Amino acid sequence: MLSMLAQQLVNALSLGSIYALFALGFTLVFGILGVINLSHGGLFMLGAYAALFFLERHWPAWLALPVAVLVTGIIGLLIDLLVLKQLRRQRAPHLMPMIATIGATILMTSLAQGLFGAESRHFPLSFFDNASLTLGAVTLPYAQVAIMVIAFGTMITMGWLLKKTRLGIALRAIAESPRAAALLGIPVERLFHLTSFLAATLGGIAGILIGLSFNAISPFMGQPMLHKGIAAIILGGLGDIRGAVLGGLFLGFAEVLAVTYLSSEYRDAFSFGLLFLVLLWRPQGLFGATHLRSA
Amino acid sequence: MSWADWWATYSTLVLSVGVYGMMALSISLTLSCGLLTLANAAFMGIGAYVSAIATTAFDLPFFEALLLGTLGSTFVALLIGLPVLRLSGVYLAMATLGFGEVVRIILLNLDITGGPLGLNGIPSLTQWWHVLSALLGTVFLLRCLRASRIGRAFEAIREDETAARLMGINTHPLKLLAFVLGAAIAGLAGGLNAHYTFTLSPGNFGFENAVDILTMAVLGGIRGLPGPLLGGAIVTLLPEVLRDLQDYRMAANGLILILVVLFLPQGLWDPQRIRGWFKRA
Repeated sequence: MLSMLAQQLVNALSLGSIYALFALGFTLVFGILGVINLSHGGLFMLGAYAALFFLERHWPAWLALPVAVLVTGIIGLLIDLLVLKQLRRQRAPHLMPMIATIGATILMTSLAQGLFGAESRHFPLSFFDNASLTLGAVTLPYAQVAIMVIAFGTMITMGWLLKKTRLGIALRAIAESPRAAALLGIPVERLFHLTSFLAATLGGIAGILIGLSFNAISPFMGQPMLHKGIAAIILGGLGDIRGAVLGGLFLGFAEVLAVTYLSSEYRDAFSFGLLFLVLLWRPQGLFGATHLRSA
Repeated sequence: MSWADWWATYSTLVLSVGVYGMMALSISLTLSCGLLTLANAAFMGIGAYVSAIATTAFDLPFFEALLLGTLGSTFVALLIGLPVLRLSGVYLAMATLGFGEVVRIILLNLDITGGPLGLNGIPSLTQWWHVLSALLGTVFLLRCLRASRIGRAFEAIREDETAARLMGINTHPLKLLAFVLGAAIAGLAGGLNAHYTFTLSPGNFGFENAVDILTMAVLGGIRGLPGPLLGGAIVTLLPEVLRDLQDYRMAANGLILILVVLFLPQGLWDPQRIRGWFKRA
C-alpha cells in the first residue's frame, strides 16, 4: 500500500514537472506580453512532432531533440512577429490576441494532422525498452528520470535567468510596466520577441517530454494540455512564475492521486472543478499576489 | 435536381445555418456587454440533452421538450452566473471554459446521457419553420433589447464598467441578464439541433464548438445583429465549400480567423465601414 503510494508520488512528480514546465512558458507570455497565448498548446504539440520528424530521419536523439525545441521556438517567434506584434501595434483589446492565437492553434493542429495523420504516433527511441532504476519499493524507468532531470533543469535555468541576469531584470521591469521599461532604455519590443521564443521552447520541451512519458503523440494533444496549463496558471495566479510552477506540480499530484484513489473518469472534471472553485474563492490564485483592479 | 431532392440533401445544413445563427447571436449578447464567456457551447449541450431526453425517455411533446431544454440551460446559467460574473476579462473566460469542460465530462459519464456513445434515435421533429421562427423571435427580442435602456446600459458596461457604475447603472444584474438570456437562446438552439441530427455526443459541445461559436460572432462582427447571423452562416457553410481541401480544411478555418482579427477587427458587418462606402459613393 505504502509502496504504491510512493510509486504514485513519483509518477505525480514527473507528470507535475511537465505541467509546470508548460505552465511556465504560458505564464511568461502573460506576465510580460500581457496576452493569453492560446497557441501554447499548439506549440506544445508542434514540439513533439518536430522531434518525431527528426528522429524518423535517424538523427541521434541528442541532436534531434534540441533542434526540435529550436524549431518550436522559431514558430513561436513567427507567431509573435506576424500576429501578436500587429495586434500590439493596433492596441487591440485583450479578446483579439486570444482569438488570433486560437486560429494559430487550429492552423497548426490541422497542418500536423494533414502531414502526419490523425492517428497517435510514438518516438522511435530505444531507451523505453531499457531497464529501470530500483530505489527500494519504487521503480524508476530511465525515461522518467530523464524527464524529471530535463524538466526541473529547464525550470531552474529559467528561474536563474529571470532572477539573476540583467536580461531577467529587464524582463521583470517590462512585466511591471512596458512603458516605464521603454523609458529606461530597455528594448521592449525585442524582449517581447525573445519572450515569445523562450516560451515556445518551453512549450516544445514539455511536448517532447509528454511524448516520452506516455510514448504517444497526436495532433490533438495540445488542447487538453492547454486546459491544464490554464488551470495551473490560474491556480498559481496569472503571470506569477513561481505560482505557475507550483500550480503545475499541484495539478500533477491532484490528478494522479484523484485517479488512484477516486475515479479515473472524472480526472479532467476534477482539475476543472478545482479551477472553478479557486477562481470563485481566490481569483488571484492560490499562491499568487497579483493585484486585481478593485474598482 | 428537384426541390425535394435538394432539401433531402441539404436540409441539415440549412437548419444548421439557422441554429448556429442563434448560437452566434447568443454569444454576441454577452460580448456586447463586454463579457467574454466560453460556456455557450455547454449551454447548447444542456438544452440539447435535456430536450432529447424529454422526447426519447419521457415521450414529451416537442414543444414541451424544447421549453424544458431552454429552462434547463437558463436555470444552470442562473446558478453559475451568480458567482462567476464577479470575475472579469480573462478570468471570466477561463472560468466559463472550465465550466464547459466540466459539463462535457459530466455528459460523458452519466448513464442518462448515454455516456461516450451519446444519445441515438432522437426523433426528427424539427421543421424548417421551427428554426426560422425561433431565429426570428431571437432577432426580434435582441432588436428590442438593443433599442431599450438595457441595451444602452450593456454598451456603457462594455465601454467602461467602472464609469457605467458611476453613472448609476446597476451592472451586476444586467450582466447576469445578458449571460442568462444568452444561455436561454443557446438552450433553445440546442433543443432544435438535437431533433434534426438524430444523435448527440458529448464531443459536440466541447471546446472546439465553443471556439467555433466565438469565431462566428467575431467574424461577423458584434456591432449589429446581421453580423453574427452572417458569421454563423459562413462558419457553418465553410467546411462544405472547402471540402476539396480535405485534411487541410480546418487550416483554412484557422487562417481565416487570424486574418479577420488582424485586418477586420470589427468583423465583416461593420455598420460604420458600410456607411463609409455609401458616403464615398
